[in-house]
Amino acid sequence: MQRTSLYKVRLAIWGFAAVAVLTFAGAFFWRMLHPPELPAPVVTGEAAIRNAYSLTDHTGQAVTAESYAGRWQLVFFGFTYCPDICPTTLAYLASVMDTLGPQAERVVPIFITVDPARDTAEVMAEYVSAFHPRMVGLTGTEAQVAEAADNFRVWYERSEDEAAPDGYLMAHPGHIYLMRPDGRFEDVFIESDQSAGDLAEHISSLIENEERSG
Amino acid sequence: MKHFLGAAFIAALPTLSIAEVTVTSPWARATIIANRPGAGYLSLTSDTGDRLLSVSSPVAGMVMIHAVETDGNGVSRMVHLDALDLPEGETVTLAPGDMHLMLMQLTQKLEEGTSFPLTLTFETAGEIAVEVRVLGIVATGPESAE
Repeated sequence: MQRTSLYKVRLAIWGFAAVAVLTFAGAFFWRMLHPPELPAPVVTGEAAIRNAYSLTDHTGQAVTAESYAGRWQLVFFGFTYCPDICPTTLAYLASVMDTLGPQAERVVPIFITVDPARDTAEVMAEYVSAFHPRMVGLTGTEAQVAEAADNFRVWYERSEDEAAPDGYLMAHPGHIYLMRPDGRFEDVFIESDQSAGDLAEHISSLIENEERSG
Repeated sequence: MKHFLGAAFIAALPTLSIAEVTVTSPWARATIIANRPGAGYLSLTSDTGDRLLSVSSPVAGMVMIHAVETDGNGVSRMVHLDALDLPEGETVTLAPGDMHLMLMQLTQKLEEGTSFPLTLTFETAGEIAVEVRVLGIVATGPESAE
């Protein structure tokens, strides 16, 4: 009886020691793989963002996220009735494209409307072309847009405001999503957080790294 | 009565300068599509403290003072301000991505290179008329014109 319980205690201690060793080893390898001086990732929900949608582009063509595979994609959700944040961010993306020079061929800025009732393909064509010739504008049915926003974890709302045109305003996040050529999520940015030059430089180094490894 | 009070005020405080607001670099971004609202930007400095009560322009049916509030989830909402406080000696700047004048029911598209009149009404300084330059769609500030 005494022997058995002692054996159990010994087993428990060894078990505990084994777990401790594994934990320390794990932590050691984790640190080796992830040096602490690297900045903490801004977004931890990477796996949650899915680059998936089925929409209509500004030329009237039906497109999916796969239509832009092979290029880095800068995805921004907004609407053409938005007087400040949207043109500011789209002008910023245009500036990023211009700064990239020849590398801009590897990048496509995509503006997805959250107000498809008013932002038809024709409206989107007129709008995006004013910012940059390579910019793509996407619209669709309410359901298609809702699905796209949901996949990007973009939350938007329609708020009734009698003073606003047609009686409503849209609230939306100002995030710019950078998606990799294989469609996976790379990073998320806000226009005011860094200059267009800095973002262009960052994307440029990503393109160079990709070319070296590929 | 109003003039009498003003005179009494100045007489009582002879060293205080008359309330004045300096309006710097008013500009608006060109609009692309008709019937879409535009945004105007400027800087305001009041040496005595004042409040911007209303804004009007012959090119817009209505001008609203908007601030942008961003919540913890990064969702931005435009907030309509009834008045904009101008603390004494402090420059309040309206700039892209932040506070702006929302120009609604535009009678025309705002074309780059043109300008339009804007009247600002202050609580103390009264009405100040300025001419707003329309800059290009990719302009980020008043210096973009140079």
